[in-house]
Amino acid sequence: MRFRRLKDSLASRLMLSATVFSALLVIVIAVGLYLKSRPVLSAQPLSRLLFSSSWHPLNGEFGLYPFLMGTLWVTGVAMIIAIPLCLLTSIYLAEYAPKRVRGIVKPMIDLLAGIPSVVYGLFGILLIVPLTKSIASALGSTTNGYNVLSGGIVLAIMVFPVIIAISTEVIETVPYGMREASLALGSTKWQATKLVVSRGALAGLIAAIVLGFTRAFGETMAVLMVVGNVAKAPSSVFDPAYPLPALIANNYGEMMSVPLYGSALLFSALVLLAVVFLFSVGARIILVRVERGYQVG
Amino acid sequence: MDRRRLEEKLFKVLMIASTLIVVGSLFALFSAIVLKGAPALSLSMITQTPQGGYYLGKGGGVLNAIVGSLYLGIGATVLALLIALPVALFLQKDYIGRSRFATITRLSLDVLWGVPSIVYGAFGFIIMVYLGIRASLLGGIIVLTLLELPIMIRALDEVVRRVPQELKEESYAMGATRLETTIKIVSRQILPGAVTGVLLAFGRGIGDAASILFTTGYTDRLPHSLFDPVASLPLSVFFQLGSPSPEVQQRAYASAVILLVIVLLLSIFSRLLTRRFTKYVIR
Amino acid sequence: MTLLKPYISVEGLNVSYGKSLALQNITVQIPEKQITVIIGPSGCGKTTLLKCLNRLIDLTEGVKLSGRVFVDGVDIYNSRGVDPTQIRRKMGLLSQRPFPLPMSIYDNVAYGLRLNGLKDKVKVHAVVEHHLKMVGLWEEVRDRLKSPSWNLSAGQQQRLCLARSLAVEPEAILGDEPTSALDPMSSQRIEKIFLELKSQYTIVVVTHILRQAKRLADYVIFMYMGKLIEHGPAHNIFENPKEPETQAYIRGEIS
Repeated sequence: MRFRRLKDSLASRLMLSATVFSALLVIVIAVGLYLKSRPVLSAQPLSRLLFSSSWHPLNGEFGLYPFLMGTLWVTGVAMIIAIPLCLLTSIYLAEYAPKRVRGIVKPMIDLLAGIPSVVYGLFGILLIVPLTKSIASALGSTTNGYNVLSGGIVLAIMVFPVIIAISTEVIETVPYGMREASLALGSTKWQATKLVVSRGALAGLIAAIVLGFTRAFGETMAVLMVVGNVAKAPSSVFDPAYPLPALIANNYGEMMSVPLYGSALLFSALVLLAVVFLFSVGARIILVRVERGYQVG
Repeated sequence: MDRRRLEEKLFKVLMIASTLIVVGSLFALFSAIVLKGAPALSLSMITQTPQGGYYLGKGGGVLNAIVGSLYLGIGATVLALLIALPVALFLQKDYIGRSRFATITRLSLDVLWGVPSIVYGAFGFIIMVYLGIRASLLGGIIVLTLLELPIMIRALDEVVRRVPQELKEESYAMGATRLETTIKIVSRQILPGAVTGVLLAFGRGIGDAASILFTTGYTDRLPHSLFDPVASLPLSVFFQLGSPSPEVQQRAYASAVILLVIVLLLSIFSRLLTRRFTKYVIR
Repeated sequence: MTLLKPYISVEGLNVSYGKSLALQNITVQIPEKQITVIIGPSGCGKTTLLKCLNRLIDLTEGVKLSGRVFVDGVDIYNSRGVDPTQIRRKMGLLSQRPFPLPMSIYDNVAYGLRLNGLKDKVKVHAVVEHHLKMVGLWEEVRDRLKSPSWNLSAGQQQRLCLARSLAVEPEAILGDEPTSALDPMSSQRIEKIFLELKSQYTIVVVTHILRQAKRLADYVIFMYMGKLIEHGPAHNIFENPKEPETQAYIRGEIS
């Protein structure tokens, strides 16, 4: 018996170390990036790094503003496209779709989640870039197709599976009694659905959107291939942009040659990490509230 | 009365339209890539490495990338599994309880899940410089392990949580230790879901580009040692795309088709396995 | 036995889920402005029958239904142009577990009114107050009408749900074991309200508590394994049950 207990406590010690390791990983990454960012942080005040538009690394100028704006624009467009489409699709799948349709559509959406980002990039080049080109000319603007809108559309499609999967689950979790109560009072199915979505599932839907945003924010490859990579803050969706992840990806070669450049790039990575951290924690707090749930009685 | 009906009809139309758009983009993606890439797909593409002048249009294939990606993917997935499984098991209440530690751990795993792959790449780069490792297979495996870890932990954790507490209590009531319960009962229950989780992480690892961009290097040869640079399918697609020759560009699409096929097979395979094994799982 | 005017009339109702038959050939009439209690052991189909009366059964996937249900003379399943939402308005529903909607006490009661288009704030308030008084809740909540409904006790929540149902002016009230989640005192209050309401509404209650059935019922329907075994005025069923299953149930042998 003692031998069995020994094995158990040994195993549990190993498992604990693995867990502690994983838990500390975020901190290690943050600290590592921070240490490497220190050179550029001491060379330039934080406000200049974040708000200056002047990006001339060889002259020691590292204004990240254009890249931050680029990221915000592309992510923003992606969310504007994705949120309504995903919410409508989730409501349909959770409340209206017949079982068979649900059984076919859900796995298809999961499949979207597994597609590598380079492949999304190719898809973007093949179909989306020409698409935005024609949209632009129909509206009177000109673009070569590599712009914020292309990036946004590709990103939106990449984010569909995340938002839809969580939203559908959240809506399905709302207790049936709520729908029944509404229907028993003479509401239509749609009115009952509105009630369920706006009251029962709201917090969870917000969490789903926040998580989608987090994924969109850090996506690198696909966006890089269609967004134009011009270091200037965009002023319209038909302008090219240069999101932060693309900046890091395109210039990693410089990391070794110009020392401060490398530090600036790693600082950009730190900024990405910080944003993701904030949003992930936020989403989790919301989801915990949802899990604790709507308590009856 | 009429307005209610109208509103309901309107939204029904919108909902179905949205669903069609979402599913339609999947089809559009597949067809576009396959149509463009299939013509360039040939046996030599998957059995040969790039010969001299490949990127300018001469002969060869992407075997270097296929093998490289497989090595990277398998290496990272195995390593990630070795860590993720104990962690997911430890996250059970039987071990970790409801302490502050549990909350903080779950929170940091959430953040880890959301960290963009480029940040993993950047961090991996720092580690490699620190340890003196060059851009190589080893570097790529390390970074991909970090990338796959939170995905695998989350997937495994979800499956482990579903094991009914009563089942475990039956085991404890007979005098079994936690370890014995875990090995004999929990592991059997989680098998199908765990396999899906592992394959999911594998698919993510094999398809990622941003993290291995600076950590694996690139080469036209098959990998011979952990410390050599190694090619990978995503990067191979990227580099072929950048070639001036339209034939090579088309080969990029063909390589993308290969990548897609691998991902598709993984997805179908994991679904089949789940369906098969779920027969033996107690609800 | 048709001295009592039927409000609901069920003819040859059969309901199945997939392969299993939940209700077999039910034919019965439910009298107007009386309390009809449906009793029987668990799983006998009482709740299924109840849900057929206001067409809430429509929402369960894979349900097949045949037969006819007449509410106030109208065949609610087979008539042309019949609108399920209108049917449901006619019948309030009180579920097993109190289900207040996730909004304030006031909004709970007002929800049904607003659904049906009543916008005048003064009128809405008057209706809300009237029905909260009807269920005896007004004095307890009048100074916190805007506070969340989930802060009430279970008994208060169930009375709130009743007020909510009454506010849309139904003709009947359906109760699916409405006191099973409540403490004895709250149960008693709900029963008392039902007895007061029966002069204005047709009430149909499903219960598995024989004593409650005896306290409330004017008319009894006894079901067993999806079949209608016996039905009639309460006095007859409780004092002189004719069928063996009924006798066994009344004696407490099956439950």
